[in-house]
Amino acid sequence: MGKIINISRREFCKSSAVLGGSLVLAFYAPGCSRKAEELATAKPFVPNAFIRIAPDESVTVIVNKSEMGQGVYTSLPMLVGEELEVDWAKVSFEPAPVDHVYDHTQWGPMQGTGGSTSIRSCWEQFRKAGATARVMLERAAAKTWKVDPADCMAERGFVINRKTGKKISFGKLVDEAAKQTPPEKVELKDSSEFDILGTAKKRLDTPDKVNGRALFGIDVNQEGMLTAVVARPPVFGGKIKSFDDKKAKAVHGVKEVVRIDRGVAVVADHFWPAKLGRDALEIEWDEGPLASLDSVAQGAEYAKIAETPGTVATDRGDVKKALSGAAKKIDAVYEFPYLAHAPMEPLNCVADVRADSCEIWVGTQMQTLDRDAAAAATGLPEDKVKLHTTYLGGGFGRRAVGDSHFVKEAVQVSMAVKKPVKVIWTREDDIKGGYYRPRSYHKLSGGLDTDGKFVALNHRMVNQSIVKGTPFEGLIKDGIDHTSVEGAFDTPYDIPNLFVDSHMAPAGVPVLWWRSVGHSATAFVKECFVDEMAALAGKDPYLFRRELLAKHPRQQALLDLVTEKAGWNKPATEGSHKGIAIHESFGSIVAQIAEVSVDGTGRIKVHKVVCAIDCGKTVNPDTIKAQMEGGIIFGLTAALYGKITFNDGRVVQGNFDDYEMLRIDGTPEIEVHIMESDESVGGVGEPGVPPIAPAVANAVFAARGVRLRQLPFATNLLRS
Amino acid sequence: MINLNINNKEYEIDTVEDEPLLWVIRDRLGLTGTKFGCGIGECGACTVQIDGEAVQSCQMEVGDAVGKKITTVEGLPENHPVKVAWIEKEVPQCGYCHSGQIMSAASLLANNPEPTDSDIDNAMSINICRCGTYPRIREAIHLAAGKKG
Repeated sequence: MGKIINISRREFCKSSAVLGGSLVLAFYAPGCSRKAEELATAKPFVPNAFIRIAPDESVTVIVNKSEMGQGVYTSLPMLVGEELEVDWAKVSFEPAPVDHVYDHTQWGPMQGTGGSTSIRSCWEQFRKAGATARVMLERAAAKTWKVDPADCMAERGFVINRKTGKKISFGKLVDEAAKQTPPEKVELKDSSEFDILGTAKKRLDTPDKVNGRALFGIDVNQEGMLTAVVARPPVFGGKIKSFDDKKAKAVHGVKEVVRIDRGVAVVADHFWPAKLGRDALEIEWDEGPLASLDSVAQGAEYAKIAETPGTVATDRGDVKKALSGAAKKIDAVYEFPYLAHAPMEPLNCVADVRADSCEIWVGTQMQTLDRDAAAAATGLPEDKVKLHTTYLGGGFGRRAVGDSHFVKEAVQVSMAVKKPVKVIWTREDDIKGGYYRPRSYHKLSGGLDTDGKFVALNHRMVNQSIVKGTPFEGLIKDGIDHTSVEGAFDTPYDIPNLFVDSHMAPAGVPVLWWRSVGHSATAFVKECFVDEMAALAGKDPYLFRRELLAKHPRQQALLDLVTEKAGWNKPATEGSHKGIAIHESFGSIVAQIAEVSVDGTGRIKVHKVVCAIDCGKTVNPDTIKAQMEGGIIFGLTAALYGKITFNDGRVVQGNFDDYEMLRIDGTPEIEVHIMESDESVGGVGEPGVPPIAPAVANAVFAARGVRLRQLPFATNLLRS
Repeated sequence: MINLNINNKEYEIDTVEDEPLLWVIRDRLGLTGTKFGCGIGECGACTVQIDGEAVQSCQMEVGDAVGKKITTVEGLPENHPVKVAWIEKEVPQCGYCHSGQIMSAASLLANNPEPTDSDIDNAMSINICRCGTYPRIREAIHLAAGKKG
């Protein structure tokens, strides 16, 4: 653990309160409190990189995943706590520094958070860390009591002698435990023995978030820090021809104007003058090849590309033959726009570059890449770059970038002005700043046989690759970007003749993973189209799906659960209609039923959503529920409003007035049911998003007989 | 020089009268609980109370706040029923918008101690939450109002 430098004592005390009590042991600053000083002289027990147990009984879990709302600062300590046999009230957390010991267990040599992998990738790692510490504490107690370690058993923060009933607290064992050799192998509990996992522990970060104390990247302050706002090209790929900074420099408070790779930074003593200065810059741009990018023309281009064969992702049976012999057929086109993530905290980064060091404070999902990018930009060795992960005011993928652009900007500005600098993006900078969920075009043909069975599906898609040209390019296999076709090429529906192919659309607009990634589009296509086929077959949408899922008993069981809870067979409330969707993503299956009404103007009102999830074993059921609620609202926002479009190369939308978000008055009642399951743990951050848009669209079909095949919904089709 | 009363403390600040109150609070006074979300009065992340009323501080020039009583999330007591309910119902996810949500909710309850769902919708629609904590916001406000959530 390093110590934070350049941080005032007052701020330190503030941040130590944020990060949890026993932080004082690592980030010792004199004078915070007498108790802290006393404790700081005692040595904690640090069995491994994830745990610190102090003489005051506090157990600090060092978390290598970024907290962006999904609850990892609570759920990951729960994994440790379960095996360590802690007194949960003594547990706190601390963000991990950047170190290979904290690398993602499934991603190769990098630390990062994404793909709903936190619990899945830490499930064994964190439990083993806890179990290792527990064994060392038990051995320490045995040594202290001079008894057989087999007689010593940890329980709720104590080690108990099974024979005598004597107990000794973890805090009293720290010195002796530190002398124990970590066991080579540990036995992990069976899920039937869990008493922390599977319970709705209160989130450890809530009190600080409710009292304005949680420190987000945008809140970081350093001695002598300046704030910068950057003018970036109005067209993606544009370059600066020339600029005049006279007016910018005339703004009171503006200190410097510096050119960086991505634009021109106006540096001031605070945000407001920096922003006024940025707006006063006069820049002549070479707009580059995307200067005439237009969304309507791009749509036509995608449609044209879809006329030609793409790279094959799935080829099963003989689709051509099956379609030509089908009793009934549907041809359909589905379309999706670019989408901005729009986390509530606009992007920002603080960098303090010195001659021989670089320190960064940032809410990031990609610590190692960002640290290495800063090292490359400064020419410093990686071990001279220290990155502190703050709270993230939302991520949704936007803070998981392969090129570290928002970190590099701050590093470059700090290098130029030789001072700590915070670069803040305005909301407009964020919405117009790219790294969008890719636009996509999907062309489908489906066929039923004479029995009404879904026997053939041809699905062709066109979209930009998210990973091409990034450190994640390895996700492209045989010319297919997995993130483009996921949820489509691997459909669980038992369609004997299936052909899926994909085109990579021309690059240019920066694209990125957006909460649920490829599934954000493919689930809509898959679940609306199966609904179309059900209607064509004259079958109930639930039973039609159920039959196609005969080889997927978990999906069938979840459909049964959600339809039972939503009263699928009972009539909906007067004037409203139900729609259903189910989709597996990130290791979990989610089914949703939406109850919807449509008024004469075409306005869609979602009254209620019943959601069922099978994510295998549960860690924190309340977090799962919260992620389902949030995922549904995130997905509804995209279905009803989300759209980034281009005109003359420029992004049309800029802020929440024209890039709208669902608000509380549009929020349906949401009911979440968690399937009891002992299957492997699945993700929960993303899987709640994909099913909601198709569930609503299918309910709209039930209400009006109109198929909505575009997101956001074209409500003009619904005017009566 | 501008004189402000924030959370019952007097501050003297060297700034221009037309700087948004939000940035004076955050940058010049270091009260970072109040958040920047949109800068155009569309999201409510910057909500503070001015003489008890919820106001979006990004839309108020600091000069207009002189002589008024400003309360930020740091100034609302930790045992305020809204804060207690927020913890009880586990409302926040990323947490970024909640300073503003809480200030709006506290102002709503001060004016309307027993709001209906539609009162809540009306008062709270100014505050965006990208994580989608709205169902819990609704429950927590009812709880704070002394009703079952």
